[in-house]
Amino acid sequence: MNSYYGQIINLLAAGLLLLSFAMLGQRRILSLINLFMAQGAVLCASTAIVAFVTGQNHLYWSALITLLLKVLLLPAILHRLIRRLNIKWDVETLINIPTTMLIGIVLVIFSFNLALPISELAGTVTRSTLGIAMAAVLLAFLMMITRSKAVPQVIGFLSMENGLFFAATSATYGMPMVVELGIALDVLVGMVILGVFFFQIRERFDSLDIRHLEQLKED
Amino acid sequence: MEFFLVLGIPLLGGIVLALIGHTRRAAEYNALFSLLTLIAAINLTVHIVNHGPQLLFQDQFFLDPLNVFLVALTALVGFTTSLFSRPYMRIEHHHGRLTVGRLRLYHSMFQMFMFTMLLALTTNNMGILWVAMEAATLTTVLLVSLYRTTASLEAAWKYFILCGVGIAQALFGTILLYFAAEKVLGHEGGALLWTHLNAVKGTLEPTVMSLAFVFLLVGYGTKVGLVPLHNWLPDAHAEGPTPVSAVLSGLLLNVALYAVVRCKVLADGALHSNLAGVLMMGFGLLSVVVAAFFLSRQKDIKRMFAYSSIEHMGIVTFAFGMGGPLASFGGLLHMTVHSLTKSAIFFAVGHATQKSGTQLMEQIRGLIKISPTVGWGLMLGTLAILGMPPFGVFASEFLILTTAMKQQPWATPFLLMALGVAFASIFGKVQPMVFGESTLPKLPHKPAMLPVFVHLALVLMLGLWIPPYLAEWYRQAAKFIG
Amino acid sequence: MNSILLQFLELVLALALAPVLTGWVNQCRAWLQNRSAPPLLQPYYQIVKLFEKDVVLAHHASSLFRSAPYFIFAAMALAATIVPTLSTDLPFGPAADAIALVGIFALARVFIALAGMDIGTAFGTLGARREMLVGFLAEPALLMVFFTASLISHSTSLATIVETLAHRELVIYPSMAFAGVAFTMVSLAENARVPVDNPTTHLELTMIHEAMILEYSGRHLALIEWAAALKMYAYSCLGLALFFPWGIPEGAKFASLAIGLPSLLIKLAIGGFLLALIETLSAKMRIFRAPEFLGTAFMLAVLGMLVHLLLETGK
Repeated sequence: MNSYYGQIINLLAAGLLLLSFAMLGQRRILSLINLFMAQGAVLCASTAIVAFVTGQNHLYWSALITLLLKVLLLPAILHRLIRRLNIKWDVETLINIPTTMLIGIVLVIFSFNLALPISELAGTVTRSTLGIAMAAVLLAFLMMITRSKAVPQVIGFLSMENGLFFAATSATYGMPMVVELGIALDVLVGMVILGVFFFQIRERFDSLDIRHLEQLKED
Repeated sequence: MEFFLVLGIPLLGGIVLALIGHTRRAAEYNALFSLLTLIAAINLTVHIVNHGPQLLFQDQFFLDPLNVFLVALTALVGFTTSLFSRPYMRIEHHHGRLTVGRLRLYHSMFQMFMFTMLLALTTNNMGILWVAMEAATLTTVLLVSLYRTTASLEAAWKYFILCGVGIAQALFGTILLYFAAEKVLGHEGGALLWTHLNAVKGTLEPTVMSLAFVFLLVGYGTKVGLVPLHNWLPDAHAEGPTPVSAVLSGLLLNVALYAVVRCKVLADGALHSNLAGVLMMGFGLLSVVVAAFFLSRQKDIKRMFAYSSIEHMGIVTFAFGMGGPLASFGGLLHMTVHSLTKSAIFFAVGHATQKSGTQLMEQIRGLIKISPTVGWGLMLGTLAILGMPPFGVFASEFLILTTAMKQQPWATPFLLMALGVAFASIFGKVQPMVFGESTLPKLPHKPAMLPVFVHLALVLMLGLWIPPYLAEWYRQAAKFIG
Repeated sequence: MNSILLQFLELVLALALAPVLTGWVNQCRAWLQNRSAPPLLQPYYQIVKLFEKDVVLAHHASSLFRSAPYFIFAAMALAATIVPTLSTDLPFGPAADAIALVGIFALARVFIALAGMDIGTAFGTLGARREMLVGFLAEPALLMVFFTASLISHSTSLATIVETLAHRELVIYPSMAFAGVAFTMVSLAENARVPVDNPTTHLELTMIHEAMILEYSGRHLALIEWAAALKMYAYSCLGLALFFPWGIPEGAKFASLAIGLPSLLIKLAIGGFLLALIETLSAKMRIFRAPEFLGTAFMLAVLGMLVHLLLETGK
């Protein structure tokens, strides 16, 4: 029976990766937020399943935190932000999307390679998911690099957090509760600070384009 | 009890100042809280020196010679910075660069920043260490963006994104660490506690640990400002208020490096190879060399000293990477003297820029005429940071260099060359700023030069004579790092 | 003996069902778009009507132009018979595996493209070029999808793949999810469906498939239309065989047709409805976006393979 749950978690892992790629290729901010929400939902489901399989009750709590924070609260904040800032479209990426995708594939191969020896050591049912988590982190990183607007960058940042969280829950069956709470708090506070930032940046630059933020550099 | 005061006072200070930080006496309250923290820290240090390492609160906190010395240093620099910031922030307010509300934010965040750093230093839990480091990033982001100018917003944004990404790598490293540890220690709590990990470090899986260390080094290394992850550092130093630059350089970099060192101890135990040391030496040396060459191209005085911080952090990282009692001793000493000297320099620079109304070095001239104390403070601080005897930086750099000649002879020419380049660039730029002609008026508030000279006096003392108990303490810590 | 009969039955079924499937998709589309639907058998009426008409040939049409429809039709009919629908034990099975199937599709493509250029009209050439562009990008993606399935079943033979996927204990293959998405995208492009091409349009500047066959008439056109329907049928059956293989009878027994045939019809009906849904929900993209679309499909297929290597090996 356990192996079925393992397979479901693997399926969710694949879904997470698919969503990461979808985010990488997405041009619209609204869809990006929805994808982020879907990623949160996948994360929540996988955490709950891991909790069920291993009988570790504290993981139910982290699933709940994920649900509240990443599926409900953060997307709501983001939706509110883009409504208030009145930005719905984001057509620009710094590198065109097919190239980004190709780099993404290379990153996936890289992280799978890196994770293979480790996966063989893990005692958990879901040992192989570590590579996927690493790939998700790197893809989110790539997304941050290739976007020139502030909001997609932040979504990339949050998506990176998702990948890390997935690594924590699925590969190691969850970090201690204190740590998870701390991480959640940091993410939330960071998000609020960034929200304030958006308004200030826009007030100063009349735009949320990060390319305006290029005055500070070495000559 | 001694311990909880150290954490409790800045936390309380952060909350209280969030409420009353806008009042006229807020700066004094800020200094008062910092003073109380310092007293608590000294008390704690004496306690640890007398009673040896301690585990507290279900092993969640751990105090040993390594971190208690950093706690004391952090509290000291925090206190002197709060003294310096009192007139400095008043003048900024007077110049209209800050509103009262921003001052409240500043005071509150200053205390919160102290709290997060002290938490990062004292926690035994590698996960909490990460949380505290991230929280320190968040508070300093708010501090860097305090002026709300385009440049400061840009610097803060860069700082947030780069350090956020960096620290996310550190989280991944922490997860890998836990992954390696839970097989040995089991799920029940203890697998992230450093002391528990240290006890079983020989049995941790080497493949996982090497990967974990790489991620941790890259993650916390971003906060140390190691090249090539250093891009945020000059911007954040240059655009934030000067007291913030002082604590960033003097304290935050140390705390981040402390995190790296803790991880290195574990990695060394698990790997039976010198991978961790080699990586740290590589990053360290690269930082020293690159920073030294960037120094000569700087026009902004705070940026220049920010690069100097990168250089010195590179030296310390290199020293810890070499390992061995002598190098680690040198590294710890260099950490101490650098943080004292660099914060003193930033204090002096803060007043110098306020007097001249600019951070561009070409336009700062004749400081010694406008205010002899500021001029001499900057000059002496510069001499000290450049490693002139008899200051402490000379002693520590000498120690590190001689050890390098013995253990890693290939690295010495690079180090010597970088130090030479740094000397030429910094001295060549500071000299005309201090001497030379100027017709600038006086400032509305008297500058606080006491912290500068206290720091420099301490550095001078460390150069001439290290008190025996301090030396013993360094030796213990160095043995610990290995 | 049974297997030869079954093979024959499959061929007849494919020839008979293909236009119905096209009609069903059109009906669903009309229904989803609130139009009154054409009859289900409309494609038949069209094909019959076209067979009755005379062929009008351009003066300088070569023999290639005249023979191409037969080749295309033959290739598509062959493709439809290779895909296991009613049985996994087919005499044609060992002769052609998944890679050969891609080759057969490519053969048909080459003929239709050559025929499109044969007359020398601008539209024919334009359509042929675009067709080759789409094909050049779609084929590797399709191959990657097959490779993923082959990695799971350790064989490139379609029959073995179906047997492995359908008749062992239930195992969830995350890689097949990636491959499934990639396959759907490739099929949309290959069958000239909406996001890439529009099968109902005659707006000159956007069409691909229609542009190539503008010059055909009479029985030639009938064969090409029929071949297009067969192609869609073959792709649909291929999708069902790879991703929803349950219900395809193993071996060659007529008794199992009682389950096999109804399940095939139901699955095709659902598949056709989903195709209509996709077409209704998406807007046709610019031709320059097509490489990106197919690139994504290729990438997903590669990812599926990688995921298989990471997640599903060594269990």
